[in-house]
Amino acid sequence: MVKTIIFGLAAFVVIALVGFAIYAHEPEIAPVANVDQLHFNAERVAKGRVLAAAGYCAICHTAEGGAPYAGNYPMETGFGTLYSTNITPDPEFGIGNWSEEAFLRAMHDGVDREGRHLFPAFPYDHFTKMNDDDVGALYAYIMSEVEPVKSDQKNNELPFPMDQRFLQAGWKLLFVNFGQFEAVAEHSDEWNRGAYLVEGVTHCGACHTPRNGLGAEEKSDQFGGATIDQWFAPALTAENASAIRWTASEFSNFLKFGGTPNHGIAAGPMGPVVHAGLRQLPDSDLKAIGIYLADKVGAPASDEVNSEILKASLAKGNPQKSDRWDQGARLYASACASCHYNVAQIALGRPDLGINSSTRLAEPDNLVHVILDGVGNEDGLAGVVMPGFRNSFNDEEVAAIAAYLRSSRTDKAAWTDLAGKVADIRAGRTAAQ
Amino acid sequence: MIKLKINGRDVSVDADADTPLLWVIRDEIGLTGTKYGCGIGMCGACTVHVGGQATRSCITPLSAVAGTSVTTIEGLDERDNHPVQEAWRELRVPQCGYCQSGQIMQAAALLKDFPDPSDADIDAVMTGNLCRCMTYIRIRKAVRRAAAANREVTSNV
Repeated sequence: MVKTIIFGLAAFVVIALVGFAIYAHEPEIAPVANVDQLHFNAERVAKGRVLAAAGYCAICHTAEGGAPYAGNYPMETGFGTLYSTNITPDPEFGIGNWSEEAFLRAMHDGVDREGRHLFPAFPYDHFTKMNDDDVGALYAYIMSEVEPVKSDQKNNELPFPMDQRFLQAGWKLLFVNFGQFEAVAEHSDEWNRGAYLVEGVTHCGACHTPRNGLGAEEKSDQFGGATIDQWFAPALTAENASAIRWTASEFSNFLKFGGTPNHGIAAGPMGPVVHAGLRQLPDSDLKAIGIYLADKVGAPASDEVNSEILKASLAKGNPQKSDRWDQGARLYASACASCHYNVAQIALGRPDLGINSSTRLAEPDNLVHVILDGVGNEDGLAGVVMPGFRNSFNDEEVAAIAAYLRSSRTDKAAWTDLAGKVADIRAGRTAAQ
Repeated sequence: MIKLKINGRDVSVDADADTPLLWVIRDEIGLTGTKYGCGIGMCGACTVHVGGQATRSCITPLSAVAGTSVTTIEGLDERDNHPVQEAWRELRVPQCGYCQSGQIMQAAALLKDFPDPSDADIDAVMTGNLCRCMTYIRIRKAVRRAAAANREVTSNV
């Protein structure tokens, strides 16, 4: 009897595995020779160039100091380190022998030319929303303007069974809604254009939506905010931590200029998203993205409430005599106020830290990063920088400034173990989960 | 090679990316009006403008300012007649003078953002610029005078 059950179970497992393997199987798409001799229409290439920027493809497909799109950018996934692939048009090491059909399948289905399932660090769960024409334009751009590079991909560092590509078919079955973007009739054309871009090529949710235990975006908590590379990508919902609600034009300007008076600047992983990416979209697309995100975040109908919040925050920024008793307040007055102080209005380039999300988020990570390492010209507003205080302040001093801002400018609960968190961020350690 | 503009001139600097901007300005470019004070961004002597904003150059790495436009005390006004510089001379603000180029750069940035500052505004912004000769009273007076001079220029236009 027991034997029968064991055999039965074993047979079931074998059949299930074989069945799954058949399900997971994707055919190879034949390589093509001489793609470089194909002629791409210049308009299509130009469109692809803008889309490649909007998807900031080069950021993840370029290693630090490496050739553009040649891959080997390390991505810490929580399951192990993945290295991005070489997507230059080199036929041997890159995607030079991929047909447009193969490229389209990779973008839409997450399967490479040889038929291997791609890991979802490549956000095909977003790119599947893109229409064929846009994906084709990207292909035209990469094949005709990116320099081919002979550089091999490093081996991914994933433990078994995470490294089994055929298992990715199961992940897709569980978590991915394949299919191109479908317009929502009740919304305007602009809203739909914004949604198409945000959910597709700009893949905002890849960082701003929390992920479940298997690394898939929690669809029920879209744009709920999430940790990425030791930074926190703020919620793009009503849960957003900024004191002043985002509006459509603030979103558009943030993505175009890297910062706005009411919402500070794009720093950390968001810096290159703006500077190497979204700002190259035409104004009409940035406007559409703003309209869509403003709807998600629940933008206020009028600015009246906002101006009261702003006035209150600016008043809190006035130095008080009692500040002298607090170490954080003293350090802030000497090191920070000369640039962060404002009078009646917030001047662009002088972020008001009382309304800024960095002082209001549940964790101090973003604020601590910026105090330690400042803001370079590749982040934030073009041409304006902030020095880094890594070698000026010890962990307790950075913690004192953060604690002072949290208690004096916001109504949020004090951050705990601040000095410990500063030490972790200073060392580049990921805080214990 | 990192490229930036200093006082309107294009410069290419061959130095480590983490070299402080102050060292580049003084040692590589040879403009010594900007001073080294504390080296940790807490005294303001090294203040220059980056993109028009007052910035402590001693703790700003060269890598951060690639592609930016930097102005030092030498480039604030081609004839050294910026309203802040004029007010400084009229009121004989400096004593030993070491911190003064930083004070002037900070004050010029202050007036750009706040054309009509109150004493409290001046104190809030200038607190990070230390003066061991204690010329603070004259500094505040000179900022007010420069603000008034600016307003006069504006109203005469």
